[in-house]
Amino acid sequence: MALAKVTSVSGTGVFVPGADIDTDRIIPARFMKCVTFDGLGEFAFYDVRFNPETGEKTEHPLNDPRFKEASILLAGVNFGCGSSREHAPQSLSKYGFQAVIAESFAEIFFGNSTTLAMPCVTLTAAEIAQLREAVEADPAVEITIDLAAKRVRSSAGHDFALNIPESARDALVSGRWDPIQELLDNESKVSATAAALSYV
Amino acid sequence: MGKSLYQKVWESHAVSTLADGRTQVFIGTHLIHEVTSPQAFGMLRDLGLKVKYPQRTFATVDHIVPTENQDQPVDPLAAEMMAALQSNADDFNVTYFDLKSGKQGIVHVVGPEQGITQPGTTIACGDSHTATHGAFGAIAFGIGTTQVRDVLATQTMAMEALKVRRIEVNGKLRPGVYAKDVILHIIRQLGAKGGIGYCYEYAGNIFDEMSMEERMTVCNMSIEGGARCGYVNPDEKTVAYLKGRPYVDMSDFEATAARWLSFASDPDATFDDVVKIDAGEIEPTVTWGISPDHGIAISETIPDPAAAATPVEKASIEEALAYMKLPAGTPIKGVKVDVAFIGSCTNGRLSDFREVAKYIQGHKVAEGVKAIAVPGSQIVAQLCKQEGIDKIFTAAGFEWREAGCSMCLAMNPDKLVGDQLCASSSNRNFKGRQGSPTGRTVLMSPVMVAAAAIRGSVADARELFDLAPQSAVA
Ligand code: SF4
Repeated sequence: MALAKVTSVSGTGVFVPGADIDTDRIIPARFMKCVTFDGLGEFAFYDVRFNPETGEKTEHPLNDPRFKEASILLAGVNFGCGSSREHAPQSLSKYGFQAVIAESFAEIFFGNSTTLAMPCVTLTAAEIAQLREAVEADPAVEITIDLAAKRVRSSAGHDFALNIPESARDALVSGRWDPIQELLDNESKVSATAAALSYV
Repeated sequence: MGKSLYQKVWESHAVSTLADGRTQVFIGTHLIHEVTSPQAFGMLRDLGLKVKYPQRTFATVDHIVPTENQDQPVDPLAAEMMAALQSNADDFNVTYFDLKSGKQGIVHVVGPEQGITQPGTTIACGDSHTATHGAFGAIAFGIGTTQVRDVLATQTMAMEALKVRRIEVNGKLRPGVYAKDVILHIIRQLGAKGGIGYCYEYAGNIFDEMSMEERMTVCNMSIEGGARCGYVNPDEKTVAYLKGRPYVDMSDFEATAARWLSFASDPDATFDDVVKIDAGEIEPTVTWGISPDHGIAISETIPDPAAAATPVEKASIEEALAYMKLPAGTPIKGVKVDVAFIGSCTNGRLSDFREVAKYIQGHKVAEGVKAIAVPGSQIVAQLCKQEGIDKIFTAAGFEWREAGCSMCLAMNPDKLVGDQLCASSSNRNFKGRQGSPTGRTVLMSPVMVAAAAIRGSVADARELFDLAPQSAVA
């Protein structure tokens, strides 16, 4: 199973405000009634994009036509906390996001995203604020997440050092973000470990 | 040098080091439910793979089950999910505790009940509250659906080692202070992000003295503190709880018990961090906001953004209060409630209903409050019935329901309507968590939920139920 090497992701950005954006917010539980992930994209951030009483579109940045093409999500601290639902990164990915830049990520969300080849990298609050300002002034500003060089650059001239756990970065750039083949290949070692565990 | 339980379990389950530096970890027990497994089985089929250890995989249905009558027709999507779980269990030879088994329930209630959850094991489930099983000295954690696929296909997954923080709570709990208050207090102290990168070891006389069910309440909410998993070291109580349960091998139980106990952290084990908390400081705790670390003692007032230490904190309090429609600086006690919910994998076990039943006799749920009690499993429901607990609840004006997750996340028909405020024994107070995008949740212990239901407002159960002596804090 040869996987694509994700060395760099480029696209325009959109900033979604708020700290501790949990996975219930990213994809409300009622949209999890499904047996495949297809079709989850349209429900990303549903309850904050549509007024719950009137059903009308809110002023959420994802409703702003200027950011319609955005494929890089900019966010705050502890993005993706709460429920372990993979429906959350799946809905963002199906919506069209190819990467997330935040101040920090919740662990399970981070791992789930990496396995979908959707890099999650961190910058400081001040750096994210600069990118936000730039994309809000000009939505056509292109952001590049260069995983090989560990930099985030923009067509507006930003150039920041990004952070990402080395194991995830390596998995993305060397095309090993989905570990299934390696796990399968170690079958004999797995059997040995199992044999040593009296309860298995 | 001594080892912690976490280290011992990790080392005995480590298979290999992967090319990306992560560890391939053997998962001894895999629990699955209807929401996060169908896509994983789909991926398995796409890859032409089988379930590697079907005898180590156990399924049940919990999130979407209707609780008014489990047999009532469910909406077509829910029906499709249930049918998918049944056919996946059949096709891949997986044990399935279905609605007719008499053993169905919330996956984190069923595992311990059946004796599937055991000390010194690794347990994974596509559900973030899998940490519950840590009460038995297991390393148990939630995983995403792609990892569910990995575990189905290989009984292993790729993982990075966690740090271990020992949280010691010593002293004496005041009357009316429960396991739920202990964990809400810990999360309030350490924050909802405080545990990122950690596994929590809960230690000290308070956890030693807790029943297994109380330990489950604590471990359940580890994830709400940001920790991937949490555990209590196995002891004689753990052994006594498991003895004779269906999935416990009784052939040489003494040896099994000795092996279980050997996983407990060594006295000279070292930890990456140690936090000490005085049990006497803990008050009945309730949340006022939209994150589980938005907790205050029942005697305190709702935070005022004006008093926030940083602009970030100020904005976060403002956002929470705007959503909760609560006035800053006023007492939380007395805030009107519309719904009261006792149930969930945090507080839906026999001891929870028993404890509430002790106090609600002779009381009535306030007019206009919808109060529901939802046992965590069919077995809990059965035991409550045998003890007449269901009658005590219905006499007090609660609706007594059938087993499921119910209003914890409202994927079934039990939902808040509009901006109803719910006093809830569950674990999450996120925006929209209980089924209405504007619904509001106040987390608390089951006895506090009962007090709120009876008063019609957030109340101090110690006053209503006369749980003297009163706390020092007025
Ligand atoms: S009771 Fe709530 S938290 Fe527990 S498994 Fe069900 S939905 Fe998840």
